[in-house]
Amino acid sequence: MTTLSAPGPDTTEKRVTLLDAPVPAAAPAISAPLAPQARLLPALEAVYRAQLARARVSRIPLLFVATFQSLGILVMMRGVVDPGDNPSAHAVVAGSSVLVVAFVALNLLAQYFGRLRATGGLDHYATLPVRPASVVLGTAAAYASFTLPGAVVTAVAGCWLFALPLAHLWVLLAVVPLAGAALSGLGAACGLLAPRQEIATLLGQLGMSAALLLGVLPAGRLPVPIQWLRDLLPSTYGVDAFARTFTARPDWAAVTGDLAVCTAVGLASLTLATWSYRRATR
Amino acid sequence: MSEAPQDGDGGQCCTVRGLVKTYRGARGTDGVRANDGIDLDVRRGEIFGLLGPNGAGKSTLVRQLTGLLRPDRGSVHLFGHDVVAHPEYAARLLAYLGQESSALDELTVALAAETTGRLRGLSRSGARAEAAEVITELGLEGIAARPLAKLSGGQRRLACFAAALVGERPLLVLDEPTTGMDPVARRAVWSAVDRRRAERGTTVLLVTHNVIEAETVLDRVAVIDEGRVIACDTPGGLKALVDGDVRLDLVWRDEAPIGVPAVAELADRAERTGRRWTVRTTPEQARELVAAVTSGPALAALDDFTLATPSLEDAYLKLGGRHQGLAR
Repeated sequence: MTTLSAPGPDTTEKRVTLLDAPVPAAAPAISAPLAPQARLLPALEAVYRAQLARARVSRIPLLFVATFQSLGILVMMRGVVDPGDNPSAHAVVAGSSVLVVAFVALNLLAQYFGRLRATGGLDHYATLPVRPASVVLGTAAAYASFTLPGAVVTAVAGCWLFALPLAHLWVLLAVVPLAGAALSGLGAACGLLAPRQEIATLLGQLGMSAALLLGVLPAGRLPVPIQWLRDLLPSTYGVDAFARTFTARPDWAAVTGDLAVCTAVGLASLTLATWSYRRATR
Repeated sequence: MSEAPQDGDGGQCCTVRGLVKTYRGARGTDGVRANDGIDLDVRRGEIFGLLGPNGAGKSTLVRQLTGLLRPDRGSVHLFGHDVVAHPEYAARLLAYLGQESSALDELTVALAAETTGRLRGLSRSGARAEAAEVITELGLEGIAARPLAKLSGGQRRLACFAAALVGERPLLVLDEPTTGMDPVARRAVWSAVDRRRAERGTTVLLVTHNVIEAETVLDRVAVIDEGRVIACDTPGGLKALVDGDVRLDLVWRDEAPIGVPAVAELADRAERTGRRWTVRTTPEQARELVAAVTSGPALAALDDFTLATPSLEDAYLKLGGRHQGLAR
C-alpha cells in the first residue's frame, strides 16, 4: 500500500495511509483564560440604571406628551360618557391610564430597539459578555417603571373627572409593571424583528393605536370581531383588572385572574423579546 | 512606542485561516464576497493594523473576529479559543470599539464607562473605580458628567474608547478609533494603548484607512484589498517594496499647461484629483520633471508642488490595490 508521510516534526513516528482521515490541524494552545460572564441580575440592574438615567435626560418631554395625550382623551370622552359608577366610565379611566404605559413601553421601546439595530448600536451589547435577558429585561423594566407617574396622574385626573373612587388606585402598582412587561416585551420584539427602522416605528405606532382604540372604548359597545382583537391585546387584561376596582365592591378574584393573565402574557412577550434580541445579534 | 514581544515570546493572539464570507445579493443577483480566503497571524502584544480602502472587507473581517458575524468557511482562534464554534467567547477575550456610539449616546461619559465595565462582569464599585481611573487617564474629567450625544465627534469617540478600556481585556479591537479627534485626544489614545501594552502585554488590532497613523503606530500591517490580504509586513518592510521611487505632487492654479511637452507627457501617467496631479517615478526622472515645471509657462501655472519619499499608500498601489480612498 502506498504510504505518505505526515508533514511536520513527527514524520518518523506516524505513518498515514491514503485511506486514513486527514490529520486535523493542531488547535493553537490556549494562552489566555476567558474572562467571566456578567451575571444575570447585576447586569440587568446595570442596564436598568443606565436606561433610567438615559430616560431622565431624553424621555421626560415624551412622558409629558404621553400623559397629556391620555388627559386629552379623558376630557374628550367626558363629553360622551356619563360620570359615576358605570362600566363605560370605568373603561375610559382605566384605558387612558394604561395608554400611558402603551405609549412609552410599546411605542417608544419599539423605536429604541429599531434604531439601535439599524445604527449598529446592538454591536455594543453583543460584544459584551452579557446575557440577552439582562439587556432586554433591564431596558423593558426601565421603560415600564418610567411610566408609573404618568399613569398615576392620568388615573387621579380620570377619577376626579368621572367621579370615581380613588380607594383602589394602589392596584396600579401591580397593573403598570405587569401591563408594562407585556407591552414592552412586544415593543422590544417589534423593534428587534422589524427588517427596517421605519417598520419598527410603524409597528410601535400601530400597537399604540390598538391600545388606544381597544383599551379606552368600553368593551361592551364594540362589535364582536373587534372584541376578539381586544382579547388578543396584552394590555387588555391590565385595563380590565384596573376597571374592575372602580365598582362599589370589586370582584377581587376576577382582578387577580386578569392580573394572572397579564403576568403570563408578560412572561411570554419578554421571552419573545429575548429570543428576538438573540436573533438580531447573531 | 515600546517594543512588541517577539514571536514565541508571548504566543499567538489571533490566528485566522481561510476565512470566507459572502453576503447574499438581492434577488437574482450574485452575492458579494467580502472576505475571500483570509489568513492572518497576530502575535501577542503587537499593534497590528488592517489597512485598506472602504469596502475592502476590513469591517467584515473584524465582525467575524469579534463573534458578531459567522464566517461561511474558515477558522478564527483568539488565544487558542475557537471563536467560530463559540462566538460568545469573543466578548470574554476582547474589547471592541466599533464605529457607532448609539447604544451609549444618551448616557453621561462616566455612566457609559461604568455600565460597560459592569456588563464586562465587574462589580458596581469595581466598575466605578476603574471608570474613574480611565476617565482621568484620558483627561475626560471635565466632560464626565455630560451625555455623549452633547459632545463633539472627537470627544464622543474618546468617551467610547474609555468605555472600551474599562474591564481589562488582553485584546483591544479598535475600528478607526481616532476619527474626528484633535491631536491631544489622539495622543491620549496612543499613550493609553502603549501603557497597556507595556504593563500588561495587551494586543491591539487596529482598523484604519489612515496611512499616516498606520505608519506611526503599527508594528505590523495587513493590507486588504477586495477581500484578500495582499501583503502583511512591518510598515518599513512594505515601504521597502517601493524603495527608490518617489512621489511628485503638482497642484495647478487653474488648467494644466498641456502645451509644455513634459506636462503633456505627464498627463497620461499622473493620477488626477481635481487640480492635483500625483506621479510615482524614479528620483532621476522626478528631478527632470521638477526642473521642467519650475521654469517658463509651467511655473506660471503651478500653484504648489511636493516631492516625497514613498508612503504606505504608494506601497499599497504598487501591491496592486485597485481602489483609491486611503486617507493621507
